Amino acid sequence: MQTTVVAAENSVPVEDEADVALCARSISAWYGTKLAIRDVSLDFRRHSISALMGPSGCGKTTFLRCLNRIHESALGASTTGEVLLDGTNIYDPGVNPVVTRRRIGMVFQRPNPFPTMSIFENVVSGPRYTGLSRNPRELKDLAEEALRQAALFDEVKDKLDDPALSLSGGQQQRLCIARALAVQPEVLLMDEPTSALDPLSTLKIEELMEQLATNYTVVIVTHNLQQAARVSNFAAFMLGDADRVGSVIEYAPTQQIFTHPNDRRTEDYITGRFG
Amino acid sequence: MSTELDSPRTLTAARGRAAQRGLTTRQAVSDRAFRVALLGATLLFVALIAGLFVELVHGSWESIVTFGAGFLWSSEWNPVTNHFGALPFIYGTVVSSAIAIVIAGVVGISAAVFLAEFAPAVVARPVSFFIELLAAVPSVVFGLWGLFVLAPILSQTVEPFLQRYLGFLPLFSGPIYGVGLFTAGLLLALMIVPTVAAIARDLIQAVPNELREASIALGATRWETATRVVLPSARAGIVGACVLALGRALGETIAATMVIGNRPAISASLFAPGYTLSSVIANEFTEATSSIYLSALLELGLILFVVSVVVNGGARVLMWSMLRSLGRRP
Repeated sequence: MQTTVVAAENSVPVEDEADVALCARSISAWYGTKLAIRDVSLDFRRHSISALMGPSGCGKTTFLRCLNRIHESALGASTTGEVLLDGTNIYDPGVNPVVTRRRIGMVFQRPNPFPTMSIFENVVSGPRYTGLSRNPRELKDLAEEALRQAALFDEVKDKLDDPALSLSGGQQQRLCIARALAVQPEVLLMDEPTSALDPLSTLKIEELMEQLATNYTVVIVTHNLQQAARVSNFAAFMLGDADRVGSVIEYAPTQQIFTHPNDRRTEDYITGRFG
Repeated sequence: MSTELDSPRTLTAARGRAAQRGLTTRQAVSDRAFRVALLGATLLFVALIAGLFVELVHGSWESIVTFGAGFLWSSEWNPVTNHFGALPFIYGTVVSSAIAIVIAGVVGISAAVFLAEFAPAVVARPVSFFIELLAAVPSVVFGLWGLFVLAPILSQTVEPFLQRYLGFLPLFSGPIYGVGLFTAGLLLALMIVPTVAAIARDLIQAVPNELREASIALGATRWETATRVVLPSARAGIVGACVLALGRALGETIAATMVIGNRPAISASLFAPGYTLSSVIANEFTEATSSIYLSALLELGLILFVVSVVVNGGARVLMWSMLRSLGRRP
């Protein structure tokens, strides 16, 4: 059974439908026969940062991976429900997931630049795939723009042909962000993008996220409550039940979730009573 | 590793005891004995290789002195007049192995990509098993099959077909015998394709999944991901697999002997019979009555040895440089 009615506590007040860039409706996801998340519905407002928080195993990463249909690329993984991107359900049979993923970029937990490619090649790998451009001059401009947006250009402009792995971990992660931006997506999904980084690199990425939110809709999964409080405009709290099936407990403007949570479990989590 | 030994508590306790006690005499002695034993085993390999080389040079000395460097580019092989040259055998070995590695490389790597990236488990598992089984078939069986099945098929269908459409190239011209360089190369390819496929599949599977996901998340298809991200990440190892396979093709004796035609001649056509270094040694060793004849055969062995060492060494250098370009330590 799929419902299109969104539970009240899961919706963020938006003035206008057009303000919603990405809209998940009753998403449930399985690994084989194991249900990982049940009936998750969340709206993500355009040009804002929404954070998914919750303890380990609550399904927040799984849910994020449903938003660009990368969840189903794992063996035996499946999804039900709808994800509306500008009103179009990306799970429609007629929609090609490969094309969808070009509109919804993703940054992963650990920096994963392509090890055989140079810094430049990493950034332009996406545009090359998608046929966005094959002209060398255009690719160069695209790479520069993406690297600037990722606040990495000044650090690498003299060594664009060096191997990507010669960069530090924090730089590699910004390179991955640049690589995702070079495809010119509308939405950027970030799966704990700073959990493998040192505090300074983390700070840089957080500053970067705030800049990105002026042009992109950012959804970030984070373990780190302070991070969610610092960078996000909206926050969802997810929790797994006794069978470790995750669902959304509460979704509200970040300010509200951290000061006046509606649900007791959210409050317990935020005040550090568990998780 | 046993989980009991690995549990932090056991480890910590053991470390604590060791720190209190220091090394016992027994530990010191066994440690030293272990080191000496390992060193001995390592040196044994070095000694074997060196001994083999010295013995081959020693055995072929008469031939080396008599024919000099001309042995390498003389095409004459005449036991009656005692004139010997290695060129046709070098040519036959190199050409048949080159055909083999080109075919086995393309087929083996394609199969590996399919098995590791695309095939569902119900297909991948049995196919992988059969590929590994193929590697266990004795080469004489391959040789018999090559002679009685493969050679007739090639001479009746594949080779006339190639000749009709590519006959303007010297490679595919001339009379078709069935046995010859092409047949030998194809048979060798069949024999070494399991090596390439099995190792390449393992290497492709070992490529971290996060790289695949990075590529898929950029809007790449599975095919683009496999060819542009996964294969390049595994290429150093795959080159190594191909070299290992090439080494087997270079040294393969009995199967090549049965289908290559055993004629010490150099012909532009791949359909013409040829001869390999190892085949001539195997065929003529028992007939080598004069000492210069025997010495010439041993020099062929020396050449094969050197070629194998150079191929393996070259591949090692290639792999190192590839790994360095990845910014990783080998």
